[in-house]
Amino acid sequence: MNPNYLDFEQPIAELESKIEELSSMGDSAALNINDEVKQLKDKSLSLTESIFSDLSSWQIAQLARHPKRPYTLDYVARIFTEFDELHGDRTYGDDKAIVGGVARLDGKPVMLIGHQKGRDVKEKVRRNFGMPQPEGYRKAMRLMQMAERFKMPVLTFIDTPGAYPGIEAEERGQSEAIARNLAVMASLRTPIIATVIGEGGSGGALAIGVCDHLQMLQYSTYSVISPEGCASILWKSAEYASDAAEAMGLTARRLHELGLVDQVVPEPLGGGHRDHDAVADSIKAALIENLERLSAKDEETLMTERYQRLMSYGFNG
Amino acid sequence: MSSSWLGKILPSVGRSSTKKTEVPEGLWKKCAKCGAFLYRPELEKNQDVCPKCDHHMRINARRRLDLFLDAEGREELAAELEPVDRLKFKDSKRYKDRLASAQKGTGEKDALVAFRGTVQGYPVVAVAFEFEFLGGSMGTIVGEKFVRAANAAIEHSCPLVCFSASGGARMQEALFSLMQMAKTSAVLEKLKENRLPFFSVMTDPVYGGVSASLAMLGDINLAEPNALIGFAGPRVIEQTVRQKLPEGFQRSEFLLEHGALDMIVHRHELRDTLHRLMDKLLPQNAA
Repeated sequence: MNPNYLDFEQPIAELESKIEELSSMGDSAALNINDEVKQLKDKSLSLTESIFSDLSSWQIAQLARHPKRPYTLDYVARIFTEFDELHGDRTYGDDKAIVGGVARLDGKPVMLIGHQKGRDVKEKVRRNFGMPQPEGYRKAMRLMQMAERFKMPVLTFIDTPGAYPGIEAEERGQSEAIARNLAVMASLRTPIIATVIGEGGSGGALAIGVCDHLQMLQYSTYSVISPEGCASILWKSAEYASDAAEAMGLTARRLHELGLVDQVVPEPLGGGHRDHDAVADSIKAALIENLERLSAKDEETLMTERYQRLMSYGFNG
Repeated sequence: MSSSWLGKILPSVGRSSTKKTEVPEGLWKKCAKCGAFLYRPELEKNQDVCPKCDHHMRINARRRLDLFLDAEGREELAAELEPVDRLKFKDSKRYKDRLASAQKGTGEKDALVAFRGTVQGYPVVAVAFEFEFLGGSMGTIVGEKFVRAANAAIEHSCPLVCFSASGGARMQEALFSLMQMAKTSAVLEKLKENRLPFFSVMTDPVYGGVSASLAMLGDINLAEPNALIGFAGPRVIEQTVRQKLPEGFQRSEFLLEHGALDMIVHRHELRDTLHRLMDKLLPQNAA
């Protein structure tokens, strides 16, 4: 088992390791090594194509949590310039599970806010596995209100298993922090674009997700509860996570069909974790295009359309 | 009392007769908190508050509004709205079947009941969650009804009062449910723009997507005594933090202590208290 590959990617992992082995033998070995490598590479490509052409919802949920998948700061570094991170909620602390700050997109000032997961164990703990405390949401709110004052669009990146379920989180008003953000974002007088880059976990995701344009990466998910959580409540066992994932329709494609998501942003073959630059380019193009469209609207139109969009959720008369 | 030793002494024919000493169903109710056996008509007269220990029992949405509103001049709002199983959701049971049995069991079409009426003559729009309907969970109909109630409050320039009792967002409507959090929060911003107050009364229990949206957005947040209110359920928290939860965790009194509530109000005092508050926040509407 190669830990950098998911279960269903293991056949690809085997081929890739063979390719690496052969390539490392270099010129010293037999003449036809290059041919062999090329053949294996073709095989790996077609195998990847066939595996990824028919992924189940549960497989996509696993890709959304892939340990090598790019996180918010990976995108910030690739898409924006002059990022200045801003810290703290001014009341209690600085939550490392949400990052935010000002930067430039294609030269224009923007406010960035995103969930942040950690790569290694130490960083994972420091980022609390991307699960924010109330102060994280309150930092986000402070930055959004600042963006409104200085007429900057807000771009959010969603990637969390959910808001942190802890004792202190409850004491400091996790519910209120999330609720307040929903209200503030509904009436924030500046364009908001939300991009789901990994896991869109419930209220903890939506708390930075109310927007004018909602886009999801091809292999990201967005749902009311994790597949495991849904399975353990409705099926009485987390082992039915795959059924729950299917039933909830949490993939970008399905949610786009249902009209809940505006755009599916394509990922490179095999998923964004194979090529961070390519997936960042893909997001950047979508952000520039949509921001241009939204910025052209006058404030009243923007606000009216956002309100109508919120009111239309799940009910069409 | 365990019957293990008793069973050995009693002759076999006598055993069944021991069951007859149980309280007859219907006329008596046992208080879940203090264990007292309460005579139902008395209990109802006391608004389902235990006369022995003051435990506030759960009551259904229609009764809640019946206790709150004046008897005259009531009008139900958006009663025609019916849920739709958009995702054809099926777990161990079909969502469609769960809906049908919840409707049969409660007599409600979905988990929110909305009325326009008056409280001591003061005009108000009031909504209440029906906890017996799939745990008072919020799906698209709950969201839509809440919005219509808020719009009615705006149309008639009166306050909105919500009695919540809910496990959170409804899983069987998946992301549609989640989006109701945004939708209900957005309509409360409209209420705010119109300078109309929203009173959120939390009753046992309020969790998840309902707690983390409309319930915590009251201009004034109230709760009944000893109600369980939180974002995450106690079991989930215990499994996550792997430590014992403190005494009284997530009870109304805990929330008041931590600044999440303005006040805790006894069920008997709700009408008076809300009338007093409405009349101060929005005096021009006074009867």
